[in-house]
Parts: sequence; C-alpha cells; structure tokens
Amino acid sequence: MATLELSGIEKSFGQTPVLHGIDLRVADGEMIVIVGASGCGKSTLLRIVAGLETATAGTVRIGGRDVTALEPADRDVAMVFQNYALYPHMSVFQNMAYGLKIRGLPTAEIRRRVGEAAELLGIGALLERRPRQLSGGQRQRVAMGRAIVREPKLFLFDEPLSNLDAKLRVQMRAEIRRLQKRLGVTSLFVTHDQVEAMTLGDRLVVMHQGHAAQVATPMEVWARPADNYVAGFIGSPAMNFLEAALAEGGAAAALKAGPTIRFADGPRPGADGRRIILGIRPEHVVPDPAGLVLDLDLVEPLGSETVAHGTLPGGEAFAAKLPGAAVSPGDRALAVALPPAAWHVFDAASGRRLDPG
Amino acid sequence: MSTTELPRIAALPAAEEAATPAPRPRRMGDVVTHGVLILGVLLFALPLWIVIMGSTHDAASIGRGEVPLLPGAHAIENYAGAWAGGTSATIRVPVAVMMLNSVVMATAIAVGKIAISLISAYAVVFFRFPGRMLAFWAIFITLMLPVEVRIFPTFKVVSDLGMMDSYAGLIVPLIASATATLLFRQFFMTIPDEFVEAAKIDGAGPMRFFWDVALPLSRTNMAALFVILFVYGWNQYLWPLLVTTSGNVETIVVGIVKMIGSEANTEWNIVMATTVLALLPPVAVVLLMQRWFVKGLTDTEK
Ligand SMILES: Nc1ncnc2c1ncn2[C@@H]1O[C@H](COP(=O)(O)OP(=O)(O)OP(=O)(O)O)[C@@H](O)[C@H]1O
Ligand SMILES: [Mg+2]
Repeated sequence: MATLELSGIEKSFGQTPVLHGIDLRVADGEMIVIVGASGCGKSTLLRIVAGLETATAGTVRIGGRDVTALEPADRDVAMVFQNYALYPHMSVFQNMAYGLKIRGLPTAEIRRRVGEAAELLGIGALLERRPRQLSGGQRQRVAMGRAIVREPKLFLFDEPLSNLDAKLRVQMRAEIRRLQKRLGVTSLFVTHDQVEAMTLGDRLVVMHQGHAAQVATPMEVWARPADNYVAGFIGSPAMNFLEAALAEGGAAAALKAGPTIRFADGPRPGADGRRIILGIRPEHVVPDPAGLVLDLDLVEPLGSETVAHGTLPGGEAFAAKLPGAAVSPGDRALAVALPPAAWHVFDAASGRRLDPG
Repeated sequence: MSTTELPRIAALPAAEEAATPAPRPRRMGDVVTHGVLILGVLLFALPLWIVIMGSTHDAASIGRGEVPLLPGAHAIENYAGAWAGGTSATIRVPVAVMMLNSVVMATAIAVGKIAISLISAYAVVFFRFPGRMLAFWAIFITLMLPVEVRIFPTFKVVSDLGMMDSYAGLIVPLIASATATLLFRQFFMTIPDEFVEAAKIDGAGPMRFFWDVALPLSRTNMAALFVILFVYGWNQYLWPLLVTTSGNVETIVVGIVKMIGSEANTEWNIVMATTVLALLPPVAVVLLMQRWFVKGLTDTEK
C-alpha cells in the first residue's frame, strides 16, 4: 500500500515521441483508470511504472521512494496482463506461488497466502489444474490471484478484461472493483473501454496522443470535460459539436446552424466573433416544435429511449437521445431545442474548455 | 432420444454399402491402392526379413548363394559369436564393444547438441548484447557448410590436439548443431514477451527463467530432437572412419562396412547378426521417445 507519483514522464521510441510529460499523483488505496484511444501510450505509461520500459525523462516514486532506476522486481509491484501470461507447464498453485518462491518465502507462508487468495477469488478447487484446463474467466482470476498473493504496493492492470465475453467482463469488472476496495491496494488500470473506465475508477486519466488530457473523477470528466477530445471520447452516443462564434459581447453564441442563443451561466471572455465550439450531449437535447429542425437519416429505437441521427440546417451532423418513442423510425424531420444550461463551450483554436469569467 | 438408437443409425450406410456391391471403378481403385501398399511394405520389409533370417543360418548356406526365407538353427551361435568376437575383417573386435562405442557417441552427440543449441538459442533470443546478430549469422552460415568441406581442417585440429582414436575425437567435432540452434531459436521466439515480463516482475533472473520456464516449455522439442540426433549420431560413418585407427573406439556402422569390405571370405551369418544388433538401439530410442516425439511434432504446450 503506497502512493504513486509520476512527474514529467516522457518517452520516445527512437525518434518517435510517445509520451509528452505526464504528471500524476495517486493517493494511497486509490484506483486510477487510464483510458484513451488505441496507440495513445497507455500501455507504455503503465510499463514505465512497472519498470519494464525506461522513461526518457521524468521520475517515478512509489511510496515516496524514487524507483526510476530500479528493476521491476525491486519496485514491489504486481501486474495483470491482457493475455494473463500464465505459465502453461505449471499448475494454478505453482503459477500463483512462483513469485513468492523466488522471493524465498517459507513454504507454509506460501501455502497460506495462495490458499487465502484462491478462497477470495473462488478458485480453491482449481489449484491443481493447468491453465489450459481453465475457462477464460478462471484464467483471469488466477492472474489476479498471482498479483494478490504478492501483497504488492501497487497493482497494475493492462486491459485485463478485453479477452472476456461481454457478460463476463461486466461481472469481472465488478469483482475487481470489490477486491481492490477490500484489499485497499493502490491500482492503475488501463482500458480503452469508457464504461469500464467510468465504473472502475476513483479517478480517470484520459490520455490523448501522449498527453494526459484530463485527470479527474468520472463524474467530473463527464460533466466538465477539459477539452473537446475528452468531451467526445466519454459518453455514448458521443457529444454533438456545433460551430459557433461569440456574440453580444460574449454573452451569447451565434450558431452556424442559425440562431443566436445566450449562455445560461454567464458571458465567455473574448471579442465578438471569437470562434468557439458548442458541445451538447445527445441526452440533453429536448424536442421543441419551435426549435431547430433536424433532417433525420437514422432513428434507432432502444426501448426505453430512441436515438435520432440527422443533420442540422448548417449541414452539421447531430444526434439526439430522447425518452420513449418521441420519434418514430418513419419520421423525416425532428424539431429540437438545445438548452443552454447543458452546453459545454470550447475554444475552437485550442479545443480547451471555456468557462464564464 | 435414446443412445441405443445412435449406433444403428450410424451403422446404416455401412450396412447398405456391404449389401449392394460397390461400383466397379471404385473396386478397381481399391485393388490398385492395396496392391501398391502391399508392394511398398514388401519392398521395405523383405530386406529386413532376409537379414533376420540370414542371421539364423550357418556361414556355409549363405556362402552357397542361398537366400534364406525361413529361420535356421544357428541363431544363438551367430549372435553370440558376433557379440563376443566380431569377424576377422574387424580384427575380432567384439560387436559388443562397437555397440557400446556407438551408443556412447550417439548419446553424447545428441545430448551435447541439444544442450549447446538450447543455450546458444537462449542467448541469441533473450539477451541484447553487442555482436548478437553477428553470432546469429555465424551460426546460420555454418548450416551451409557440409561436413565434407570442413573435414580436413577438422581432422588436422583433432590430430594436433591428440584426440585421435578417442571418444573425444569422435564426439567433440560433431557436438554443435546450427540446425538445432535455429530450431530452438524459432521456438523461443514464440514464447510470449509477457512470460519474460511477468518473470521480471516476479523477480526471476535469466538463469531462473531458463530453468523454470524456457527449459520446461522446450521439453517436447528436446525429445523430438533427441530421437533425430541420436539416429544421426548412430549413422555417422565418414568421421568415425577417419578418426578411429584401432579397434578401441570403432563404431558399429564403420565395423559393418569393414566386415563386408573383403569380398572373398565374408562371414555373412555374423554380418547379418551384427546388422540386426545395430538396428536395435535406434529402434529402442524411437519406441521409448515415441510419445514425446509425436507430441513434439504436433503440439507445443501452449
Ligand atoms: N517497443 C516499441 N517500439 C516502438 N514504438 C512503440 C513500441 N511500443 C509502443 N510503441 C508505440 O508507442 C505508441 C503507444 O503505444 P502503447 O502500446 O502505449 O499504446 P496503447 O495506448 O496501449 O494502445 P492500445 O490500446 O492499442 O493497447 C504506439 O504508437 C506504438 O506504436
Ligand atoms: Mg496497450
């Protein structure tokens, strides 16, 4: 159990920069989920923490101790791999005990720890089996067990659920969260699945092209995304983005789609005409006969709600998620209002969030 | 759905086939196929049969030019004679000694080749060191040099080192294998990176990883290679011929060739008994390792 502190982590593979200075402070017992699109450097960051990769610059501190120059074995971390990396020629027991055996723990202590972890994970009956005689979910548990018995300072997970089917993934997700809370071990969890990220993390690190675009709680990331990348990445269907310009001395937005609408929460800085992006989540759009007319091209009924896709008068793509059967698959047009209270305002040039002030 | 019904249903087509005669072309095809197969078996088995039968007759009957197809009465004396006394053409070195020499040589070559290849392949695959690719290519290129090309330099070195006519002289020049090294390299490259990384995090150093992971995973490959390399070592002829000058380390293959070298008074009954004896160790190795051998060729434990 320990804190983790990353400062100024940079990484290049040859000439290719992959990480551009990541700073992160993780509190004791906290679960941090690193989420982002494929290739944004999530695994690289995790491997730097594990010591499997050497950072080009920056320092890694675990429990206050600088471990940047230490070998993986000396960092007291445990990692769960995407393909589990269970040794095929060892039984479940031997797989879980291997790290302890190498560290020279007494046999009785090894038996006790493996037994406890197996009990905790419900794999007590499988200890004599080989990995190939296990189902995907059972292998996943064994991989978890191998990490738990080590009683490390830090758990590292690299997409451990992505080889499971959808149902099992939901179940294991909940189980990992419960376990982590119960054991209270500081954890880093890498995923590209936003649902996994939202449900698992105390806080999220949303990564984008080697930067940490936002580090915040799941609700804050959803409610106040730091830039338009994060806004578009989290949430499904994705947030709508509309081109607009500041008007009325910063108090309103002139939409490319037509109307000029006043901000609900006060004026934005900048001269009139400053180009901005308005974001609004599909679920915040409301039907309104007096509103903008959406030219529909696809209506997806989901039972409790319906998602309508179409284009606005300005030609911008737009989606609305409406309760019940507010729109039916045969409809060609839908009039909607964009409540200003639900707007997210971003600077068009930098993509950063623009708050009133 | 009762299970007793299943076999009946499954058996139905077969029964039908038996009742109605198969169409003519297919019949013909069957006859031809079986004919070819039987011919093949005869071609392989007949010489073996003749040798085994020949080894049970006395010298005179084979000397008269008979080809015996039935067992004779002299089996015990032929085998005992060969085992203990050899023939005059091999200066009466007992076949037992030659067999022992061959077993020692073939085993040492097979074990040595596997051990050295494993270690070199491990180094080439899992370590980054200067000259790694150079080492790899050097090994690779020796594949292209047949034994005959390097036999004289090798002979000179062995004789300068005073290893003529010794086990060392027989074995050492044949103990490295580029082929086996490449095979193990290919195998090691299929071991997932995550195994190495998990071991690193667990605190296993390179030696532990070798013993605990790389070696056990290679077991089936090692068994398959052992069979192939044992037979390879057993069948060596040219090199043992050059390096043995007395009967002390004479191998069985060289011995047999010497036995039949002198046309005039070949003791055919003893030669045949010796040949049968020479077959036994490779057959034994194949049978003993069969389970592993087949496993090694078909699956790797992953
Ligand atoms: N050993 C390497 N050598 C060169 N480039 C690498 C290496 N490892 C990763 N990269 C590059 O670094 C970038 C980030 O890789 P990384 O594996 O961290 O992505 P990721 O976010 O984990 O993606 P995914 O979700 O697909 O696993 C990629 O563009 C990748 O091509
Ligand atoms: Mg990855």
